[in-house]
Amino acid sequence: MALLVARNLTKHFDGLTANSNIDLEVPEGSLFAIIGPNGAGKTTLFNMLSGFLRPTAGVIEFAGVEITAMRQHKIAEMGLIRTFQLVQIFQGMSVAENVEVGFHLRTRGGITSALLRPRWLRRQEAEIRAKARELLDFVGLGQQAEMNAELLPYGQQRLLEVARAMAAEPRLLLLDEPAAGLNTHETDALAKIIQQINARGVTVLLIEHDVGLVTRIAHRIAVLDFGCKIAEGTPEEIKQHPDVIAAYLGTEAAHA
Amino acid sequence: MTLRVSISTRLGSYGTFAAISAVGIALLFALVFIQGGYLLTVMQLAMIYGVFCVGLNFFMGYTGQASFGQNAFAAIGGYGTAILCVQFGWEPVAALVASMAIASVASLVVGYPTLRLRGHYLAMATFALGLITYDLSVQWTSLTQGYMGYAGIPPLGIGRFVVEDERLKLVCLMAILLFSLWLSGRLRNSRFGRALRAISTSEAGAAALGIRISQYKLAAFVIAAVYASAAGSLFAHTVGFISPEVFGLQMVVVTFTMLYVGGVGTVLGPAIGAIIASLLPEIVRGAGRFQDIAYALALLVLLIYLPKGLSTLADLGKRRPAEQGGGN
Repeated sequence: MALLVARNLTKHFDGLTANSNIDLEVPEGSLFAIIGPNGAGKTTLFNMLSGFLRPTAGVIEFAGVEITAMRQHKIAEMGLIRTFQLVQIFQGMSVAENVEVGFHLRTRGGITSALLRPRWLRRQEAEIRAKARELLDFVGLGQQAEMNAELLPYGQQRLLEVARAMAAEPRLLLLDEPAAGLNTHETDALAKIIQQINARGVTVLLIEHDVGLVTRIAHRIAVLDFGCKIAEGTPEEIKQHPDVIAAYLGTEAAHA
Repeated sequence: MTLRVSISTRLGSYGTFAAISAVGIALLFALVFIQGGYLLTVMQLAMIYGVFCVGLNFFMGYTGQASFGQNAFAAIGGYGTAILCVQFGWEPVAALVASMAIASVASLVVGYPTLRLRGHYLAMATFALGLITYDLSVQWTSLTQGYMGYAGIPPLGIGRFVVEDERLKLVCLMAILLFSLWLSGRLRNSRFGRALRAISTSEAGAAALGIRISQYKLAAFVIAAVYASAAGSLFAHTVGFISPEVFGLQMVVVTFTMLYVGGVGTVLGPAIGAIIASLLPEIVRGAGRFQDIAYALALLVLLIYLPKGLSTLADLGKRRPAEQGGGN
């Protein structure tokens, strides 16, 4: 069954068509990737799927519910959690605190309980502290838990964002170019983490520039070019698809 | 070592620094108590401004939003207290609480539309709010008595226990400031506080994790307004007199200075800033007619060498966490 469905998704920015009639079905439990050259409209698509941009036309459904016009936090509440291409680390907070913010939807408590600190709240705080530590160990940042998050190297900030998103216990995790700016070693580590997340039962939708990474780990790939979906299939199919080769290497290469 | 670092990142520079500043402040208070007189008044006002800044810090520090109009809510507190006590003979404490309630409602009504703005636009809108309130306090003479203001506001007290002694007043104000700091510290390190601080650096990141941005911003704004109102009421009860000037532009400038000198976004910063920025003019008084210049110079030096405020002095002594994690 498809967890996320997009139909005829279109986005115009004034005269520019960033996305045009995109259809997408992300099956539950899959590791799905969207690739495409720079400026193909990948991030626009992502922003629409996660409620950060309102589509000009088209419908988005998540778990059978239409989410097209929903606010970001509502979409997050339903279990669709995203990360960002430009990392959105909470500066001035420790690495662990960043992950603790991730538990926002999975915890409760407001001003009164923060002041009175009843027993259930103290237990909840201890729990998320332990769980945050587990998630940090999972992405390999256990040693840096108490560090100021903004002092982490760029690659580790990306991993932190993944850990933070996992804290929200997503049904669908949207990763926006998680390997951007990572070296090969870091990219390999990230690939393993993404596969493990998927193995835990979380559906993953990945936008990526790095075709090598995507063809290695994705179950299914959709290709965008100039705002249109030009192909979709298994990694093997995509690698041989003439339109994909043309989009990436130029038309001449495809005919060669 | 690791433990100390973890405590100070978690509590926003409590730790060792808290101990040192506690000793420093205790010595200062001892001096003020022995000396008495004018210094007592200066410190009383510092405590009141401290309460105001602790509140402002919720909105500007934790949540990272600009407000140049919190003086409006201090005016609500001051005038609320003055009118209720002088015209209607209310108990001071009841008037203080009632004013805080009025300020919270007012900030909800004003904040709901205003907080849709961001950055400079929000700053301008809140600035206008302060100006409007000032004009109201001047023009609406039937309610506020215009430039004349209100005199004869009774000092704080409960029933027959009235705080009239200047030293005792200072002790009470200090207790109130400590209490407001305690509230601030508790809220900062909670689910609520973490959400605010997340919003301050990345609204997108916070929204993606399901945080209702507008709701949390509004909550921070209301908290700041309630604190401001309490400070306004305390001023009225302590000094016994208010006029529009008390809650004018001067208040905006002074409290901004305090917040940034002390350390915006930290728990103790606003209180430290309030004390230091209140004492500084007294310290530079020796410079005679150059005292304003000396005051400005001192502020400049502080902001250049401690751009994140005095409370970051705490970080100078300890090893930087970056170096600890550097090997990876």
